[in-house]
Amino acid sequence: MIDKRFESARDAVADVPDGATVMIGGFGEAGSPIELIHALIDQGAKGLTVVSNNTGTGLVGLAALLRAGRVRKVICSFPKTAGSTVFPDLYRAGKVELELVPQGTLAERIRAGGAGIAAFYTPTAAGTPLADGKETRVFNGREHVLEHGLRADFTLIKGRIADTHGNIMFHRTARNFAPMMATAAAVTIVQAAEVVSAGELDPESIVTPGIFVDRVVHVPSPALESALNEAGASYP
Amino acid sequence: MSAAAGGKSAEATIGWSRDGIAERVAQDIPNGSYVNLGIGIPELVAKYVPAGRTLVYHTENGLLGMGPSPAAGQGDPELINAGKRRVTMMPGAAFFDQATSFAMIRGGHLDLSVLGALQVAANGDLANWSTGADDAIPAVGGAMDLVAGVKRVFVMTTHVTKEGAPKLVERCTYPLTGRGVVTRVYSDLAVIDITPKGFQLVELAPGVAFDFVQERTGAPILRPA
Repeated sequence: MIDKRFESARDAVADVPDGATVMIGGFGEAGSPIELIHALIDQGAKGLTVVSNNTGTGLVGLAALLRAGRVRKVICSFPKTAGSTVFPDLYRAGKVELELVPQGTLAERIRAGGAGIAAFYTPTAAGTPLADGKETRVFNGREHVLEHGLRADFTLIKGRIADTHGNIMFHRTARNFAPMMATAAAVTIVQAAEVVSAGELDPESIVTPGIFVDRVVHVPSPALESALNEAGASYP
Repeated sequence: MSAAAGGKSAEATIGWSRDGIAERVAQDIPNGSYVNLGIGIPELVAKYVPAGRTLVYHTENGLLGMGPSPAAGQGDPELINAGKRRVTMMPGAAFFDQATSFAMIRGGHLDLSVLGALQVAANGDLANWSTGADDAIPAVGGAMDLVAGVKRVFVMTTHVTKEGAPKLVERCTYPLTGRGVVTRVYSDLAVIDITPKGFQLVELAPGVAFDFVQERTGAPILRPA
């Protein structure tokens, strides 16, 4: 019998080593797996490379992981959302490295990594500073930039509902990067507000098939970054 | 410029307001178009779609059929737009992941993107993500993907910066978002096409003279063909 449930977020992230590359789902607060991130802060792994679209707001979630000094490098498309001060301060102080990637290229690099595609050509960023130093090639008269697939040691994502096989359905625009990231890590961990037995989800409606998911954690009432920030919360 | 009555500078009251630009852009979007509106001033366009036209709005974080913002304090914190503000969904809406969203963009499936600008060059180059300042936190989001993939790119912008410098220039000095990507510029003073010969006037804002626009533009503007 397959049962990918883990007892707690703490158990699920217990083996993340120092220096790991960790993909973290979310676009702004939508889809940000805050409980898994907080468990990773508690766990203590450091020197991490984090792949995520943003860098968090306030002093919770992704921003708290950065503030705790656990992140060596961020691979990201938009690291300065309104309300984000932790990353900008660390970046200006030279305490964190940034690899800036166009959002669509980031999504495709993760998709490629998960699909066994080493690299691909895209017209995005051709002729801009973000193509500096990269191989280019002309297709159909147009310059394209070679971009490499991205893989990770761990992926942390949030689903609305998951089953014991790791099949996932998401909530609205919280889906964003999660389906790609689930495919691209050696170990993918999902926190889901509801966890059901295999067979209870409609197979036609499953967004991420369980083959891409290793660990399922039930987090019944996940926190939201905006609500925590309004309450003046900080973690730990 | 001579000061107008009431003590405000004449400059501030000449041409289209931000809403006026948005209304003018909306007139040029055909019924049934799939449209991505950039963060900021382009978001105003949705308010002015002429009666009888239905547009489908794409927001690159994963929604087609985006509707207006809900009332303050309402809505779902996980139903947001690319500017991370809460939005609603229209009948026929669909959610999808980031790879699918950017397949729509890069694959040429969207009809139009309306974006803001720091600079637009006479050859259609766009700079809208960074001033290149040393202390700036670089952030690009989906802008480079949008200009690389969407069939038509409209730019909506003030004609000059707050300091009065032209934003329509011979060559961009800020880091580029894309080369030769802009189709048409809508400013507070004029509608201007990007053509193989450079800037070409389409329309002046009410009460604005051609020379007034040319003086505030960093490259020659051709008169309408």
